Amino acid sequence: MTDTTAATVADPYSDAEKAEFYEQLQAFAGQEMGIDQHGSDPVNVPMIRQWVEAMGDKNPIYLDETAAKASVHGGLVAPPSMLPAWVMRAYGVDRNALGPNPYADLTALVESHGFTSVVASNSEHTYDRYLRPGDEITLRTVIDSVSPEKQTALGAGHFISTRQDYFDQTGERVGSMLFRILKFRPKPQAVTAAQPQAPTARPLRPRPATTHDIAFFFDGLNEGKLLIQKCSDCATLRHPPGPMCRNCHSLRWTTLESTGNGTIHSFVVVHYPQVPSFDYPNQVVLVELDEGVRIVANTLDISREQLRIGARVHLVIQRCDDDLSLPFFALATGQDA
Amino acid sequence: MSTRQYDTVSIGDEIAPLPLPLDRSFIVATAIATRDYQDVHHDPELAQAKGSKDIFMNILTTNGLIGRYVTDWAGPDAVIKKVAIRLGAPNYPGDTMTLTGTVTAKDAGPEGGGTVEIAIVGANGLGNHVTGTVVVALPSSNGGAS
Repeated sequence: MTDTTAATVADPYSDAEKAEFYEQLQAFAGQEMGIDQHGSDPVNVPMIRQWVEAMGDKNPIYLDETAAKASVHGGLVAPPSMLPAWVMRAYGVDRNALGPNPYADLTALVESHGFTSVVASNSEHTYDRYLRPGDEITLRTVIDSVSPEKQTALGAGHFISTRQDYFDQTGERVGSMLFRILKFRPKPQAVTAAQPQAPTARPLRPRPATTHDIAFFFDGLNEGKLLIQKCSDCATLRHPPGPMCRNCHSLRWTTLESTGNGTIHSFVVVHYPQVPSFDYPNQVVLVELDEGVRIVANTLDISREQLRIGARVHLVIQRCDDDLSLPFFALATGQDA
Repeated sequence: MSTRQYDTVSIGDEIAPLPLPLDRSFIVATAIATRDYQDVHHDPELAQAKGSKDIFMNILTTNGLIGRYVTDWAGPDAVIKKVAIRLGAPNYPGDTMTLTGTVTAKDAGPEGGGTVEIAIVGANGLGNHVTGTVVVALPSSNGGAS
């Protein structure tokens, strides 16, 4: 990240301590959460009506009995995405009144190591069948997995996945949901009076549009390598990636791993508009790599005063989140300058 | 409202974009309809106290809107099998989220019809609120549902 005024995050734990902590966290995987939860009411039309009205959903199979009978569903059904709503905890009910809660224990343990912020990252619904009015739904929740410590754009953290299985009155599973959150240690923010920065709920960086032509580039970064496309016929290097050599028009290519050394050819400092996944002012550099191609990237630990055309820089690949690594450039140390 | 047939859908087909203006009432009404009473979805002061700039849409509503978007296109005989989403920028009041979808895969069933995979993106003024895939079963044109 490029927030040059923010202090570097001090990681208070050694690798051995992290390994021991991860082992403690692993003990929670597979644990069931409290008692089974039962829906307060069977699947019913009034709640379905409130849902489809709020969503603006005009599909007739939810409220129009005749149309529903004529459809493949053979009668009224509930919107499938409504599944969790049937057993959602009632307003004002204390979660801890619902029996032992290893999830709360896990959360407390994770927070004790400074991973106090939370952001939801993934939800995966699977529907075994559509629910019908009268169905009685029961929920069983299991802690599915806890990841090792990961470096993300938000800060270091652990991903926690839970699996919710939903059953009907006969005990048959009707659907399930995987839910993944990131508990992270918020990065210290550069706080100014005018612009207090929220430590929570920061969105991840935008996903690159990876096509067949460019996948090698992001795959390389994930493996810690900056790969430059190289023509197999005339050996001309090119970046950004493309299907054809601009020198000899060959479609055959291979890659060259960059040494990561280069010179700032140009730069801009973006102040507005501000996108929440980036730090501002956002320093964007065009670096001429020693191999001869130019690449756009953010800076790392380069102050606004140090940022100048001609400065020698070197590459640092950083993992921004679970599946995105990006190149950053820091000032070159004496040796490779 | 007629149902789209498995045979008439091709990989690469695009679903017409659905822009959803995110007014405050919409965010609150959908949160309550999904039985999500967390304060960050209806109380601006408490949402700000927790570090958010305003209230924001809850996740189950994102699921519900994606379900609606897909069946608006697919029709009443479609059966949604799976909705897998990845969450990004929050949906704040005053913004607009536009849902777009592209058919990315087809898998024929044994008795006619089959399942179709759709890549979904919901973008707002901050970036992508949600990206994901939906798997939906569609009938064949001779009436067989998968």
